[in-house]
Amino acid sequence: METELLEIYEHLGKHPPFDTLSDDLLELIASRVEVSYFKAGTPILELDQPLGHLHYIRSGAVEVYRSGGELYNRLGEGDIFGHFSLLRNHKARFPATAIEDTLIYFVPDEVFQQLCEEDNHFADFVELERPRLESAVKQQRKDNDMMITRVRKLLSRYPVMVETTTSIRVAAQQVTEAQASAVLVLEEADDDPRRSFTDSEERTWQIRGILTDSDFRTRVVAHGLPPETPVGEVISQRLVSIQSDESVYEAMLTMLRNNVQHLPVLYRRRPVGIVHLSDIIRYETQSGLYLVGNIFHQSSVEGLARLAPEVRQAFVRMVEEGANSHMVGSALSTVGRSFTRRLLELAEEKLGPPPVAYSFMVNGSMARNEQTIVTDQDNALVLADDFVPERDDEYFAALAKFVSDGLDACGYTYCKGDVMATNPKWRQPLRVWKSYFTGWIERPTPERLLHSSIFFDLDSLYGEETLVEQLQDLIVNLAPNNPLFLAAMARNALNRTPPLGFFRTFVMEKDGKHNNSINIKRRGTAPMVDLIRVHALACGSSSQNSFQRLDDIAQTPLLAIGVADKLRYAFEFMCMVRIRHQAIDLQEERQPDNNIEPENVADSERHTLKDAFQILSNAQKFLKFRYPRPTNRRDVR
Amino acid sequence: MTLIRPRRKHSQADWTGYMAQRAGQARDPAVARFFATPPPHPDTPIAEVPLVALDMETTGLDERRHAIVSVGIVPFTLDRIRLSERRYWVVNPPRVLAESSIAHHRITHSEIATAPDLDAILDELLEHLAGRIVVVHFRNIERPFLDAAVKARRGDSVIFPMIDTMSLEARRYRQSIWARFQRWVGRPPVSIRLDASRARYGLPAYHGHHALIDSLATAELFQAQIATNYQPDTPLRALWC
Repeated sequence: METELLEIYEHLGKHPPFDTLSDDLLELIASRVEVSYFKAGTPILELDQPLGHLHYIRSGAVEVYRSGGELYNRLGEGDIFGHFSLLRNHKARFPATAIEDTLIYFVPDEVFQQLCEEDNHFADFVELERPRLESAVKQQRKDNDMMITRVRKLLSRYPVMVETTTSIRVAAQQVTEAQASAVLVLEEADDDPRRSFTDSEERTWQIRGILTDSDFRTRVVAHGLPPETPVGEVISQRLVSIQSDESVYEAMLTMLRNNVQHLPVLYRRRPVGIVHLSDIIRYETQSGLYLVGNIFHQSSVEGLARLAPEVRQAFVRMVEEGANSHMVGSALSTVGRSFTRRLLELAEEKLGPPPVAYSFMVNGSMARNEQTIVTDQDNALVLADDFVPERDDEYFAALAKFVSDGLDACGYTYCKGDVMATNPKWRQPLRVWKSYFTGWIERPTPERLLHSSIFFDLDSLYGEETLVEQLQDLIVNLAPNNPLFLAAMARNALNRTPPLGFFRTFVMEKDGKHNNSINIKRRGTAPMVDLIRVHALACGSSSQNSFQRLDDIAQTPLLAIGVADKLRYAFEFMCMVRIRHQAIDLQEERQPDNNIEPENVADSERHTLKDAFQILSNAQKFLKFRYPRPTNRRDVR
Repeated sequence: MTLIRPRRKHSQADWTGYMAQRAGQARDPAVARFFATPPPHPDTPIAEVPLVALDMETTGLDERRHAIVSVGIVPFTLDRIRLSERRYWVVNPPRVLAESSIAHHRITHSEIATAPDLDAILDELLEHLAGRIVVVHFRNIERPFLDAAVKARRGDSVIFPMIDTMSLEARRYRQSIWARFQRWVGRPPVSIRLDASRARYGLPAYHGHHALIDSLATAELFQAQIATNYQPDTPLRALWC
């Protein structure tokens, strides 16, 4: 390595797509760059200007425009531009201007072409966004698979510790005071550094043993030892311990193998806590399965509401254990469905059997099995056609109110759009529902659909399932044949646009303005869900889950090859950013929300998120083109 | 040489005449070739002047007691700094290397022990400088050190026009009416050292004290100074000294 170029080499090496290059290629670039300074306000590239270099921003900031003058992107230190033109006709397609005093490193075209040839990752990066996104999602999963929960996670406090010379009585008192069930016994260390540790007062100790509650019984009381006996005389010489970074699973095996119930946890040689078998069992039973069982054991709304914190804990743990968005979404939907079902059971217990058959229909995220921890309730009642309002509605109104109030008590807030079974409009016999759906599909206006599109995610949660299935069949049969309906749905799906991306710690908007946070649901996952729903309706899919809808869409020639995969990765990534953001909120005891602050997103993730938004934006453009408003006479005003 | 002395202001000197005169006098062929290559005319717009940034690391500040240990040059124009044409040499100083200077420029004994004497690289160095205007940050190191080193080896003095980015900073931030007023009201003068000057133009901080990186840093600073305080058609005569 020519050390004189280290400065340039190191800077390039920290930024994508250079960060994954071999040292040899990095050195090549560093030795060939050209440099130029651009004062703020100076153009760097003019439209159609011949182009012979890849541009790398060493410092400063640059705005890139479309040929029409509209802002395309704002770039900062470590970003590249000009690569699209280098891959095509060597004429600048996107003009660029320095918006701060800027230092540009120019990478000559020959070097750029060589990089594309010799490094697939580099070529992928400059050619298309997908592989970048794909590998980020895969990497995330791999990282998480290895991140099995460490045993230190179970520790809630430091161990009680006494010296070998301490009397049994004092040791027992200390254990009692600390409400612990074991005490570690220490001795001033010999010279063996493999076993000793140094405390904050620079004294060197080694662990001699442990004395547990049952030891007090079997080793002290059963032998009639006087309470003044030093603990050193009663402890066993054998000590089983575990390192703090071992897995919970390993801790459990160690206990089973050695037939012990207490396990001192060490960080290197320093004791940091004691885990008890019950800690492990409690940890295991906090799983979703246990939670769901527990929901069905509750006999009151109050009892159900008390489980809300456990839902949050289970959510955080799933995220930490590396669950993907599909797993988290299904688990939380299962929990939500269980709450709803139990509330319906309790309602029927209270109100008596229903006068006519009904199905409790869920809509929105619960129907899609895509719930997160921040969610409101969207539901409705589909009643059998022998429903007589004057006779029966009192019962169903009371049932709906009981469930809705109960869900609110359990943390599922009332629907702001009043899409709940408590709304008489959404508590109707099947024939009315059929006329609703037929009307929406055959005589659509975007305004009408805007408020009813939530019903196009629908699932029977409780009661007579066939009532909802008939509605699902109706949609699948009518929707693909009604271009006006698809066009109106598509138009609504374009209402919420993704932001341009990030610039330093700000969210970039298309008008060049900044925001310091982004609502990842409103600007990312929700528009993506809308978009996938339109395609799914067009190809007659009856799936409700967005990923399953994508699978169905991919079976048809509707999207170009590979586009469904791109959407899948982009969606997964946005969902995970949202889910992890909420998990962090919960861990830090904040109210979880959907507002992501870019400064809390890691650099590499910011790049990937930018790509995901770009994919969404491209897909929205395709939507507009794929589902145009049919032009016929009736439409011309 | 009585006409030109180092450490004196030369901004309006007749460099063209001086260079031509020296070409006839020099005994050493390399030095003669250097002077025989005419520098750009003093009226040439700076945008058209071929430039070369030069930096040296030395064992100290006094050319009579200390020596050159490394030289870095980067040819450039107002438009582009061409790193692929860079040159960098470590040379073996005839004088003892002080421990304190090693920490300063990070060149080690072993690196220097295997390096050639400056004499071995001198022809090549002068060839790269010929016909270009040399840009340095603080000419009172580069000018006397190079002159002394060549004189010791070839018997000829080598003094030539330079653009000094530190002087350009001083003109703006030390000698302007505003700067004098600032000082008069008790404000400390702004730093005109390389890093501090670069920061004023939004240029990134480089790890200093490497002759090549410092010459690159100087070239970038000069581009920034012209972009900010001058025009591309500013004549060379207004800048050199």
